Amino acid sequence: MAAKSTIRSEGGKVRRVIVVGGGLAGLMTVIKLCEAKVPVDLISLVPVKRSHSVCAQGGINASVNTKGEGDSPQIHLEETAYGGDFLANQPPVKGMAEAAPGIVFMLDRMGVPFNRTPEGLLDFRRFGGTLFHRTAFAGATTGQQLLYALDEQVRRYEIADVVDEHGVSIPGEKMVRKFEFWDFLQTVLDDNGTCVGCVAQDLKTMQIKYFQGDAVVLATGGCGIIFGRSTMSVICTGTAASSVYQQGAVYANGEFIQVHPTAIPGADKLRLISESARGEGGRVWVPKDAKDQRNPKEIPEKERDYILERMYPGYGNLVPRDIASRAIFKTCFHEKRGVFNPKTGRNENEVYLDLTHKDEKFLRSKLAGILEIYEKFAGTDPYHNPMKVFPAVHYSMGGLWVDFEKDARGSLKTGSPRNHATNIPGLYAVGEAEYQYHGANRLGANSLLSCIYAGMVAGPSVASYQKSIAKSAFDLPKSTFEKAEKRCQEDYERILKQNQGASGAENPYKLHQELGDMMLRDVTIERDNATLEGVLTKISELDERVKKVACPDGSQRANQGAQFVRHLENMLVLARVIAQGAKNRDESRGAHYKPAFPKRNDADWMRTTLAKHEQKGAVKYVREFDYTCAGQSVHVTDAVDASLVAPRERKYEQAGAASAAATGKIQQPAASEQQKSV
Amino acid sequence: MANSDTTKGTGRLVHLRVKRQDSPDLPETRRWEEFKVPYLPQMNIISALQQVQKEPRTVDGKDVAPVVWESSCLEEVCGACTMVINGRVRQACSALVDQIAPNGEVIQVEPMTKFPLVRDLIVDRERMFQDMKKVKAWIDIDGTHELGPGPRESPEAQQERYPLSRCMTCGCCVEACPQYNDSTQFVGPFALNLVRLFNMHPSGALHKNARLETVMGEGGVQDCGKSQNCVEVCPKEIPLVDSIAQVSRDATKRLLFGWLLK
Repeated sequence: MAAKSTIRSEGGKVRRVIVVGGGLAGLMTVIKLCEAKVPVDLISLVPVKRSHSVCAQGGINASVNTKGEGDSPQIHLEETAYGGDFLANQPPVKGMAEAAPGIVFMLDRMGVPFNRTPEGLLDFRRFGGTLFHRTAFAGATTGQQLLYALDEQVRRYEIADVVDEHGVSIPGEKMVRKFEFWDFLQTVLDDNGTCVGCVAQDLKTMQIKYFQGDAVVLATGGCGIIFGRSTMSVICTGTAASSVYQQGAVYANGEFIQVHPTAIPGADKLRLISESARGEGGRVWVPKDAKDQRNPKEIPEKERDYILERMYPGYGNLVPRDIASRAIFKTCFHEKRGVFNPKTGRNENEVYLDLTHKDEKFLRSKLAGILEIYEKFAGTDPYHNPMKVFPAVHYSMGGLWVDFEKDARGSLKTGSPRNHATNIPGLYAVGEAEYQYHGANRLGANSLLSCIYAGMVAGPSVASYQKSIAKSAFDLPKSTFEKAEKRCQEDYERILKQNQGASGAENPYKLHQELGDMMLRDVTIERDNATLEGVLTKISELDERVKKVACPDGSQRANQGAQFVRHLENMLVLARVIAQGAKNRDESRGAHYKPAFPKRNDADWMRTTLAKHEQKGAVKYVREFDYTCAGQSVHVTDAVDASLVAPRERKYEQAGAASAAATGKIQQPAASEQQKSV
Repeated sequence: MANSDTTKGTGRLVHLRVKRQDSPDLPETRRWEEFKVPYLPQMNIISALQQVQKEPRTVDGKDVAPVVWESSCLEEVCGACTMVINGRVRQACSALVDQIAPNGEVIQVEPMTKFPLVRDLIVDRERMFQDMKKVKAWIDIDGTHELGPGPRESPEAQQERYPLSRCMTCGCCVEACPQYNDSTQFVGPFALNLVRLFNMHPSGALHKNARLETVMGEGGVQDCGKSQNCVEVCPKEIPLVDSIAQVSRDATKRLLFGWLLK
């Protein structure tokens, strides 16, 4: 029996839902909830405008088909499933591909300055894993522009009143209340294990406080900082996902970590050079002579090895990221043919990414954002000199397990409370924090889409869930929340006090560097079971040493040290999930590659890795489980729903191989066309 | 797979002088502290501060709490890490040590001065976000349901609008603005630029007057003192002076002829 009012609790309080994280997925969820008249508390680690979505560069996929190529959502679905090496459940992917054109039009209406064709229509460019022009873009800062558009719309709801069933404004209550510079600590679970709120910490005053919520949606992003340096923002530690995993949420496909082929090496960060550089004609090459010392511009065409075009003539420089990264890695590490540096006398781990054959004005209108980054941080002019790049950890395909319910067409059933639900009743997850859309390898420009689509699905889903619950979180006894708050307070004080003044105390930042260096070296492009065994042993050692950490800061104000210790403890937990999952999976699929098991093995491994937390230092991998959603018991197995696109071996050597529906619709771009400047 | 060489030092040291304060209500804790940290290739101020976190010890050998600062993307697109470095307001991530201290000069790092201090290099820029509400910096869409594509736009118009849309609310322009401080209501160059941006968009222009009216009173466009400092420090090279001039012209027109339309 559902509660009487969805606006007010029995006790008369405004019933809110909590969204944690203000990137694209979080903000879209907020907007959809507000449109469904559900007031929201939005909690974010940083002012939402500074969320990691801002870093996305190249664009957002949608089969709008304005180039006369015959593109369609069906082809988008097929290419995404194929690019993901058939590990994604296909109904959510179908829903996403079908919704994509509408999403891009919605963003267009919000004022996103997408690049235009002469006729004033949206322009589209090519991206990896497809031969179609499917990617809408705003220069090379598309993520920034999309984030700003959603941020602006959410700001409108910050000044909108909450209205009761009779259309009367409730004094002092706004549709969105923002809590920025707050760190998510834990969910609050009631006696039945239902999520009824969360505890968070104000990072200025360090106050720890509980938030009541009829549901909690985690939109807390990826976990790239586990790998030390990556293309991720420093806030992407995965701490929230790890925390709820430790509270019982299932973590899926953790071992699938995307390594992006082209980033600028750096001491603090590996800065991304978007796939759009190749989408607009950029070519990856190394000199054929490994000891060639000449300036790259003086090396003639025939003395260059365009590695991707040679190895994968069908898709060339636009093969999916897992494939491009492995090819570059092989060239640099195994063949020692990275760009030769006369100063150091060795072949560096770098290849050329070359745009110098393109017209400067063309590059400025389409790629200025990324070329600016190269110029600023690498110190050379990429309009006239080939860039030097190397692969870097970029994205986590894995994340919190979330459910979906399909409709008769095999797409997502709109408004089902199961969509985006984790196995903890009342806890939802969207965006990079969950695992749903990308399988074993994400295609470029599908991440912005999956974030926004997830928000569009989760909003109505959470609103349905809220309607189904018999008792609002706002009617539960205060003690439920106070207990959780107290537990978090004690944990924070433990971090502040433990090992102070002790000899042999550890510095958390140094421990993190050890973890990151190892994860980057041993758990990325190529994986080996003996090495992974060593990684797990080292994680156990770090688990012990992290207990000896002394918080480097005793202040009660803006204590980033204490925050970092907490994140580090949580990173270690997820690091184990990733490494152990990689060790278990004896096959090669998408981003997960084991030279000892070079083939995909569908018979044994076309299944989702489902990790459950046992205790610190122990992960239990399960094949099935049951959970309850909106009062219904749901049985979940690790089988992949491949009901829409038949699994087959990936062959990017052949043009058009990624989609049966596309066969014959598009010509493979001739090699000569790729070299032609605009 | 790492390029492990980039984490190795070369014996060279980077010398930082950091202005610190524990809390806004504890002015007596205001102090300068100096740190020397190992140089890393392509080092920026963020990686220098990260080195301080690993060994939080001043040049006098005193163990201190690590410096705190705000940062996120580290590629000058999120706007978080704005601070005053050698007297100039900028992002710490794109402040490269090789460029600002090629010969090991002392690098002076301070928090911005126009916002309430939180601690050390962190300030609270909430006022900027509030002013974005004040100037109605958004397009009034009817909803997120499917309504087809937005209005058509020429590539030229897009190329004019896009650079204005790259404002990351970093605070450089208002830090450099002589008119912006805690005793004025001035919304600042960035907010006026947003008024221009949204008034340029075909749907945004439907509410052009309402947006203009938000900057026609106190704290509005006439508070600009035309020092043009803003455009000098904008890391995204947004033509802020042009934006202010455009909004000023539009506001004047509205002021002179607006009554005719009533």
